Amino acid sequence: MANKTLIVIGNGMVGHHFLEQFAETPAAADYDIHVFGEEPLIAYDRVHLSEYFGGSTHADLALGTAEDYAAKGLTLHLDEPVTELDRDNRKVLTPKGEYTYDAVVLATGSYPFVPPIDGHDRDHCLVYRTLADLDAIRASAEGRKTGVVVGGGLLGLEAANALKSLGLEAHVVEFAPRLMPVQLDADGGALLKRKIEELGVQVHTEKATTAIVPGEEARLRMNFSDDTHLETDLIVFSAGIRPQDTLARSSGLEIGERGGIVIDDQCTTSDPQVFAIGECALWDNRIFGLVAPGYTMARTLAARLNQDAEAGFRGADMSTKLKLLGVDVGSIGDAHGATPGARNIRFNDEQAGTYGRLVISEDGKKLLGAILVGDNGPYDTLLQYALNGIDLPKNPESLILPVSEGGAPALGPDALPETASICSCHNVSKGDICGAIDAGCTDLGAVKGETKASTGCGGCAALLKSVVDNELEKRGVEVSKDICEHFPYSRQELFHLVKVNGIRTFHSLIKQYGKGHGCDICKPAVASILATCWNEHIMATDHVPLQDTNDTFMANMQKNGTYSIVPRIPGGEITPDKLIVLGEVAKEYNLYTKITGGQRVDLFGATLSELPEIWEKLIAAGFETGHAYGKSVRTVKSCVGSTWCRYGVQDSVGMAIRLEERYKGLRSPHKLKFAVSGCTRECAEAQSKDIGVIATENGWNLYVCGNGGMRPRHADLFATDLSDDELIRTIDRVLMFYVRTADRLQRTSVWLENLEGGLDYLKEVVLDDSLGLGEELEAHMQAIIGTYQCEWKTTVEDPEKRKRFREFVNAPEKKDPVQHWTTERDQRRPLANADIA
Amino acid sequence: MTAHNNWEAVCTVDDLVPESGIAVWTEAGPVAVFYLPHHLPALFAISHTDPFSGANVLARGITGDLKGEPVVASPLYKQHFSLRTGICMEDESVRVKVYPALLDGDRVRLKVPASQRRTTAA
Repeated sequence: MANKTLIVIGNGMVGHHFLEQFAETPAAADYDIHVFGEEPLIAYDRVHLSEYFGGSTHADLALGTAEDYAAKGLTLHLDEPVTELDRDNRKVLTPKGEYTYDAVVLATGSYPFVPPIDGHDRDHCLVYRTLADLDAIRASAEGRKTGVVVGGGLLGLEAANALKSLGLEAHVVEFAPRLMPVQLDADGGALLKRKIEELGVQVHTEKATTAIVPGEEARLRMNFSDDTHLETDLIVFSAGIRPQDTLARSSGLEIGERGGIVIDDQCTTSDPQVFAIGECALWDNRIFGLVAPGYTMARTLAARLNQDAEAGFRGADMSTKLKLLGVDVGSIGDAHGATPGARNIRFNDEQAGTYGRLVISEDGKKLLGAILVGDNGPYDTLLQYALNGIDLPKNPESLILPVSEGGAPALGPDALPETASICSCHNVSKGDICGAIDAGCTDLGAVKGETKASTGCGGCAALLKSVVDNELEKRGVEVSKDICEHFPYSRQELFHLVKVNGIRTFHSLIKQYGKGHGCDICKPAVASILATCWNEHIMATDHVPLQDTNDTFMANMQKNGTYSIVPRIPGGEITPDKLIVLGEVAKEYNLYTKITGGQRVDLFGATLSELPEIWEKLIAAGFETGHAYGKSVRTVKSCVGSTWCRYGVQDSVGMAIRLEERYKGLRSPHKLKFAVSGCTRECAEAQSKDIGVIATENGWNLYVCGNGGMRPRHADLFATDLSDDELIRTIDRVLMFYVRTADRLQRTSVWLENLEGGLDYLKEVVLDDSLGLGEELEAHMQAIIGTYQCEWKTTVEDPEKRKRFREFVNAPEKKDPVQHWTTERDQRRPLANADIA
Repeated sequence: MTAHNNWEAVCTVDDLVPESGIAVWTEAGPVAVFYLPHHLPALFAISHTDPFSGANVLARGITGDLKGEPVVASPLYKQHFSLRTGICMEDESVRVKVYPALLDGDRVRLKVPASQRRTTAA
């Protein structure tokens, strides 16, 4: 039975949230609850205020209805400002009457700061906080041309967006040298300025307004301290907020030096019967101008009134993720790197218009803060690293580099601890989400309804989805990993179907297990699987249409439609006679010639019809295809080793040639690169290869799953001091296990990182034969080696296959007409399209 | 059977590669002819020139279907072109020329509009 009265002053977002949290708790039954709002409208979403000009109404933005309040037993007094808080007599006064209380919650929020510029109170000088303010802005803008926002912070840019959506030519005037000085650094601010100006909003930084006077061409003129001026029809001040503490101040409550009602960890003011939450409250000498910390205070107070001794407000994360005028902006934690010893990684892509900065702890392990402009893609992942103190990956820069093949994967939902905060608006942790799923929620909508996650600012929507998908999947609910629209299977599943059912053509696979006719994703993937399983010639009629042009014509297509040719030069060892043949052929066909990084020679500029002629000559001289076009073994690079080098301890060239001869022609999910170094000086750079071998006094050390290229990865030491035969057997198993279990286009480095159990598991499978697969893997490799054929040899010997290389089937003599060449450094190269026109 | 005189005979059935394309030289320049035996019709002809690179390569792309539409993927930058309309699926403002194609006995004929015919071969 209610015998006490609780009065809540203020019906904004935080006051409303408090009522939502408190109304249904046991302690609420002790109170008659009265809510006073100064505005005539029930609490609404101020975060999305600018949508009001996009067609949203108060009803759309409202957080609740009068009926909701009544149903919860709350008495709502709208349009009734509290004029006095009489603490001695425990009552509040309004123009309509007086009400006694046992406890008071001040949720009075803030008001916009208007700098005391001469003329700031003229007509058409406005602010941006309430729906009434927006009505005033709309009225003032009617039929007018120009609008200025004073203040280039978060709210100011929101206001500029509002002016723009009213059809005004919008300007932003900022005193600081950059936009959003609190959240961004100089580079981030500069990029944001550029992007916003591209959207048609004029930005004026480092401008101090000295006076607002009547204008000549527009209503008003702003004079600046640098003797320039700007004419405008209206001005919106958005230069920050100040805590609305007038009532508290006049009642004698303790107020901070620069304003704000002083509260402790329990949200209690200097009067134990009076509490304050939200933007009006000053905690640890700080005002929190975001909604999430206000909500946290509201929850703290609701718990405190329920005698929860644990409850306490302990500060809040001020990270923000926004779309300002359509431009992504994110700022996390210590964005300015103020922590002693903090290190920075910056990536500024002026071309793409994105900027990313990571602030990393002195030991390089933790993310302290971050700034993003132009692309908030990495925000959720970065926020989780920062909030949960998760150890950063070895190459943290990959977190802000553009996403591309082999780029850093987003932090998987499995890596998050149960306590990880997913939705900071409603304080929903990963554990809460798992709980909701365990309690019967089976889709995203149900989880949102149950936990309220992602119903505040919505910034966590993508993260929430990945957590929910992951948890559902763990509980056996299907989530799609299909290779493309034609097959409801992953590459690995297709591999098993082909192998187990003895399927030998794409057509029979799609007929039995897929739908439609295939595409450029599934066809090459299946071709690679078929080649691995059955190792038939890739130019067999059934396989030809499945391959990328490089595989079909066994050469690498270049930008103008011609091809390059790379004959195999095992271990990079070549006789002078063979080298002369390469030179002669290149000269005859006018091929641009370049040494590759894999110790081979690349010949560029052959037309389709020239390919078989050229290969006829190369094969006659003893060359074989180098598979530079295929997802297969490329080269085994080597240093010269013990045969010549003073330091070499093993014959690295001999081993490189043995490996290259053994594995040439092996088809795999992606290309494979090897290297063999003859001593620990590592001149062959074996640790950057998929398979790296380094000689020791006693044999060979094997390194696996390294990578150069876009996302370098050092190979892991896999086994030490192997004999020649042990080395071969181990590589057989590693490669075959990779070929069988990796995804389409997955390099060994990414494969290992995604392999459950990682390096240790791979060692168990390969070295300890934990799956009993060892012999099978070796036998499979042996079968592939036994059926090796040089694809180019079979092709040039077969007139039917050579037909495929006619440029125009009806005009054998005709050459491709769109080939424009120029000469550079004594060799020819294609002209760029732009140069041709 | 006598074909209409702007139906140009470009090659024979033996020249076609099932599920793939070949290039022919016509009075309108290079044209890619695709033969998809599981489609009806099975014969398609579009310009051989990839509009994104200017290279004559479309016949060397991988064929297939996307949401039921027969397509070829450019071997250079992988955009998909509808074999029926020539429209690029990734950027509908780009399209390549499409030519009516038919089988006349074992001859493949293309209808090349007079306006596109070149008077001299390049």
